[in-house]
Amino acid sequence: MDTLLQPFEFEFFRNGVVVATFAGALCGLVGVYVVLKGMSYIGHGLSHAIFGGFAASSLLGVNFLLGAGAWGVASALMINGVTRRRVIGADAAIGVITTASFALGLALFAVFGRAGRSFDAALFGSILGVSRSDVWAVIAVTAAVALVVFLFYRPLLFTTFDPEVAEASGVPTARIDALLMVVLAASILATMQVLGVTLIAATLVIPATVARMLTDSFSRMLLLATGIGAFTGFVGMNLSYHLDVQSGPTIVLVGAALFGVVFAITGRRGLHRTAGMQEHGAPAVKDLRTTAG
Amino acid sequence: MSDRRATPLLRLERVTCSYASTPVLVNVDLTITDCQFTGVVGPSGSGKTTLLRVLLDSVRPLAGAVHRKPGLRIGYVPQVDAINWSFPVTVAECVLMARTRGRILPWRSQAEKAEVLEVLERLGIAHLANRHIRELSGGQQQRVFIARAMLGRPELLLMDEPTSGVDVRTRHEVLHLLEDLHRDGLAIVLTTHDLNGMAAHLPHLVCLNTEVIGAGTPREVLTADVLERTYGAKVRILEHAGMPVVLDDYVARDNVVSLRRTGA
Repeated sequence: MDTLLQPFEFEFFRNGVVVATFAGALCGLVGVYVVLKGMSYIGHGLSHAIFGGFAASSLLGVNFLLGAGAWGVASALMINGVTRRRVIGADAAIGVITTASFALGLALFAVFGRAGRSFDAALFGSILGVSRSDVWAVIAVTAAVALVVFLFYRPLLFTTFDPEVAEASGVPTARIDALLMVVLAASILATMQVLGVTLIAATLVIPATVARMLTDSFSRMLLLATGIGAFTGFVGMNLSYHLDVQSGPTIVLVGAALFGVVFAITGRRGLHRTAGMQEHGAPAVKDLRTTAG
Repeated sequence: MSDRRATPLLRLERVTCSYASTPVLVNVDLTITDCQFTGVVGPSGSGKTTLLRVLLDSVRPLAGAVHRKPGLRIGYVPQVDAINWSFPVTVAECVLMARTRGRILPWRSQAEKAEVLEVLERLGIAHLANRHIRELSGGQQQRVFIARAMLGRPELLLMDEPTSGVDVRTRHEVLHLLEDLHRDGLAIVLTTHDLNGMAAHLPHLVCLNTEVIGAGTPREVLTADVLERTYGAKVRILEHAGMPVVLDDYVARDNVVSLRRTGA
């Protein structure tokens, strides 16, 4: 027991555990929408895109949250615009935007050196660089996202489930989609330091998928995914310290192990619930919009 | 409904829509009254869904005018093929989506619970309120989405292919339900590909292929001439129990050939 509690004597570890727990909860909550809207690859791409902003702000000495935040929100809104228009090659366009941004980040670090925040931490996550301000940033973003989900629960649900009818019913689906992208960008930004850009997508997807295996109710899925995310963050961070492995991979592996346990319990019934979870047959209303010329 | 005086709910005047440079609807004139139960038939890509979206005001015409009765309440039922059946929602949660505007709190109020229960009871699926939408039969699934549309107390119900890909029993179930709702005063406009199983049973039809080819009762519209102009293919019309039955001309000839062969 003493061995388990011993790292809590260090402030950096306590900060790391708090950040990992909140980051897990945050990614679990946002991940429900990401998974149900079939946006997993967008989450993956966006985390890479934000790395470009991270590199630029780190080298220019600009505040990390402001620099990478502005970059992330701009990328998120650009991706949202391309996705909503559903033009041919949208996937390719998103791929170009996000990988080019990631490549730019790598190039900037290669040319100007690895100044400021840790390069490895941004890629794979680390508890060493977690400061008190990081703790407050993650708590603030988690609280803000929880408030957004609470206040926009109904329009978010309708837009996620049936965007065409939601739009026809007067729900401002374009604004709701943009809001979700901003929330996703903020979540990635807040959790990047501890989870790492290469593994954030997994922390978005795994808790939501495990939660879906356990319930058929949307509201319960939100609560379960948040709880599962917090649990994997807490346990993963502790294991990360004891095993001396980076925090990002450890948290993801704990999530994967939990998936295995839930699968062993729920069997095919659980997997059956997740089958086709991301299928969206309904085209956006804008698909057939008339053109002005 | 025929003894009531019809009040126009919607009137389309020379409405033209296009998708990119391809015209989808050209000079469409159409009036929908509160007494109407109309089926829109036509080949794939003939503009049926776009017509519904114009009625719904989610697509703006490029030219022409749409006149709506002020404050008109419209319910919309999408194609069930477009539904994500793995989405984690129960029947009650799905129906309540119609109440997205107006209340911020995520949970259902007592009044909302009563309203949802009332509409589910009206459609005969109150006992399924807490079931996941995937666990229902085809007819029950269709009722869930009609219930969602009905929660807004619409005067006009728009349905996109309500019997697409369903079996005969489900089609009968849906037809009977829609007849009941229409009898209770609801105007209905639906699109369908099913000329014999659905369209022939409706009181009013519109044949559409970018423009309106014909409109009237099934007897007036389901004719070889109108359908050939609508679908660009030859058909034969038989009569059974006073109703027109549309036969694909190619199939009819083929059958005759095979029957002759069998007879020989």
